[in-house]
Amino acid sequence: MNLIAKPSKKNIKTYLPIGVVLVSFSLLDVFINAFISYNILGFLPSQVSYFSPLILGFIGLYLIRIDFSGFSSLDNLNKNINSSNFNAVLSLITLFILIKSIPPLLNWFVLEANFLGNSKEDCTGDGACWVFIRVWFNRFMYGLYPDAEQWRINTAFIMLFIIVGISFFTSEKLKKYFILFLVFVFPFLGIKLISGGSFGLEYVESAAWGGLSLTFIISAFAILFCFPIGVFLALGRRSSLPAIKYISIGFIELWRGVPLITVLFMSAVMFPMFLPDGTFIDKLIRVLIAITLFEAAYMAEVVRGGLQALPKGQYEAAKSLGMGYWKMNALIILPQALKLVIPGIANTLLALVKDTPLIFVVGLMELAGMIGLAKTNPKWLGMAMEGYVFAGLVFWVICYAMSRYSQNLEKKLRTER
Amino acid sequence: MSLKKINIENNKIRDLIPQVLTIIVLISVIIYFATNAQINMGNRGISFGFGFLNQEASFDITFSMIEYDGSHSYGRAFLVGLLNTLLVSVIGIFFATVVGVFVGISRLSNNYLIAKVAEWYVEIFRNIPLILQIFFWYFAALRALPLPENGISFNDISFLTIKGLYVPKFIWTNFNIFLLSVISAFISIYFINSYSTKQREQFGKQLPTTTISLITLILIPLITFLFLGVSLSFEYPVLKQLSSTVYTFDGGVSIIPELIALALALSMYTATFIAENVRAGILGVSKGQKEAAASIGLNKNQILKLVVMPQALRIIIPPTTNQYLNLTKNSSLAAAIAYPDIVLVFAGTALMQTGRAIEIISITMLTYLTLSILISMFMNWYNKKMAIKEK
Repeated sequence: MNLIAKPSKKNIKTYLPIGVVLVSFSLLDVFINAFISYNILGFLPSQVSYFSPLILGFIGLYLIRIDFSGFSSLDNLNKNINSSNFNAVLSLITLFILIKSIPPLLNWFVLEANFLGNSKEDCTGDGACWVFIRVWFNRFMYGLYPDAEQWRINTAFIMLFIIVGISFFTSEKLKKYFILFLVFVFPFLGIKLISGGSFGLEYVESAAWGGLSLTFIISAFAILFCFPIGVFLALGRRSSLPAIKYISIGFIELWRGVPLITVLFMSAVMFPMFLPDGTFIDKLIRVLIAITLFEAAYMAEVVRGGLQALPKGQYEAAKSLGMGYWKMNALIILPQALKLVIPGIANTLLALVKDTPLIFVVGLMELAGMIGLAKTNPKWLGMAMEGYVFAGLVFWVICYAMSRYSQNLEKKLRTER
Repeated sequence: MSLKKINIENNKIRDLIPQVLTIIVLISVIIYFATNAQINMGNRGISFGFGFLNQEASFDITFSMIEYDGSHSYGRAFLVGLLNTLLVSVIGIFFATVVGVFVGISRLSNNYLIAKVAEWYVEIFRNIPLILQIFFWYFAALRALPLPENGISFNDISFLTIKGLYVPKFIWTNFNIFLLSVISAFISIYFINSYSTKQREQFGKQLPTTTISLITLILIPLITFLFLGVSLSFEYPVLKQLSSTVYTFDGGVSIIPELIALALALSMYTATFIAENVRAGILGVSKGQKEAAASIGLNKNQILKLVVMPQALRIIIPPTTNQYLNLTKNSSLAAAIAYPDIVLVFAGTALMQTGRAIEIISITMLTYLTLSILISMFMNWYNKKMAIKEK
């Protein structure tokens, strides 16, 4: 009767080896099937051989489910993926799907993909045609910006990195000036460098800007402007002055109630109607205003959350020290309120970056827009998959890094209250 | 005049100045814009007004749930767009909820693999811009589907092809009677529920409400099929040859790839946020609640149903409604892949044809605003209903 007894520490010597062999065999079966498409159990009837890895793996996992076995790794395994029959089946199916999906993905991304060449004809494999990305890489990064002038964009971004880098390593006293320079001087210096028109730099109109650099430019400026506007709107919404309060509420709710795409449409087709005949505001600036106001409304709600979370005592304490409204908010309330809502702020900024591709509706082409342009090029038809996978990866890296950074910041600034 | 009084009046004036200034600035900006708009429209020979809504639209829409062709009015085109927006939103909300709840619960699974897979699902789909996901599904994934003649067949009833998904069409006879029966079934379920609640509260009797409700829901419509002449037949899509190489499907309902791509992307993307809400909600129920429930002898299912879920839902519902709202607003990205939603039909084609930018953009924005307000009103009502009633 020993064979059907419940697995326990007593029969571990017989059960454990059999279980391990069965589980390994079932995984091996799937593995070999996935990679060299050979079915070890092919001699069995098709239905049986189809389910055999699951059945064998299930029996194996059942046999090794031994409580307090004395092996810490086995206990860990049981606790994490094998705590019950149901969990065992779930784990097996997940593992099988993962193993099964490796070879096609690997083939498409690497093994059968083409990396070298200059045209679509060089892509002979069944996998991805990374040649497409390589040839168009410059366009994906800089849009239609003239090749000879691209050093200007590079310089602007390298300067940005250098300043940010230096400000990390300088003393607190100097840091303040670096940040002030970064916020109030550098953006306009950078945009002058990129647009040109003076200092002997050739003028490059904003319609030629594009690619990933445009994503960065728009995100950076929108973040820069939407943050202070959002803070003011939040203060306005909490104000005791009814006119300011209701105007703020109306403004915030109006922007939050409509999709960004209609706001962009508005900036493109409706806004020019509101200006005196003949005035022309650059498309990029109109888009920037639209995105900034839109995200500022969301930022305001996040900041308001922080303001509401502060205990009343903070306000009263500040007032009892004789502080006025602005001094109280600048020195006491906002520093604490903003710290409370760092995750919310980060999420809003993340949403802003993720929203930038929408500017295609007004004809500006950042990364996703450039890919749309490239894939309709007659010489490169059928490259949509490569293009969007590439763009997805780029955006994913940016957004994932941002969300990780915000999580770290939140931990670092967390103070006991 | 005492010192105190002067101070109060000073304060009043100090409060008044910024308010008056703000209002003056706001009004002058509005007047400035309005006069400019008037001059501009005068120059172009158009006058402000909504009369164009009755004019003939003379453009076609690829996908419409109500009868529409070029001879209908712009107002009707607006309605078609609005219905299409609502359709994709409802489909998206349904699947986003299903996937989101599933993933959110999976993230809390004690199975390490399942929890990890769910976590990576959230991390991947949340951090890629929605518009890229829509492009990916539409331009890359769905374009890889076979042509109609080699379409993927599901039991010869539905076919998935590059031109969309073809599903059978429901053909009802006496549909109204069936609809009435379903409504009456729901009404009787409502009464059964309130009766059983009364029984439970007065006599402590537990009635098998769920089973009875299910039986009612099946039985009453079934009777209409058997005795009241309701019947249902299907019209299956059939492959038809148009010319030597061109095939298409005839009959049935065709679901256009734009709709599939949009619904897929919207639900996959929104599901990640709903999953996070669900996870936060379940984690938000304190352990003591479960322990207390266990200590008064409730079993595992009862703890989940009677103690954990009601409290978790209270945390989950508000942010999730917000996500529904976001999904509805995000459905406007349809314009990018030419799914005929309100933005594409109305703020796109109709605007191009009439040139009435101000009216059309205002109507479009007002529509979304109304949808937002309706959804947040629902949320407030639900919150009130679910709020802890203290006795």
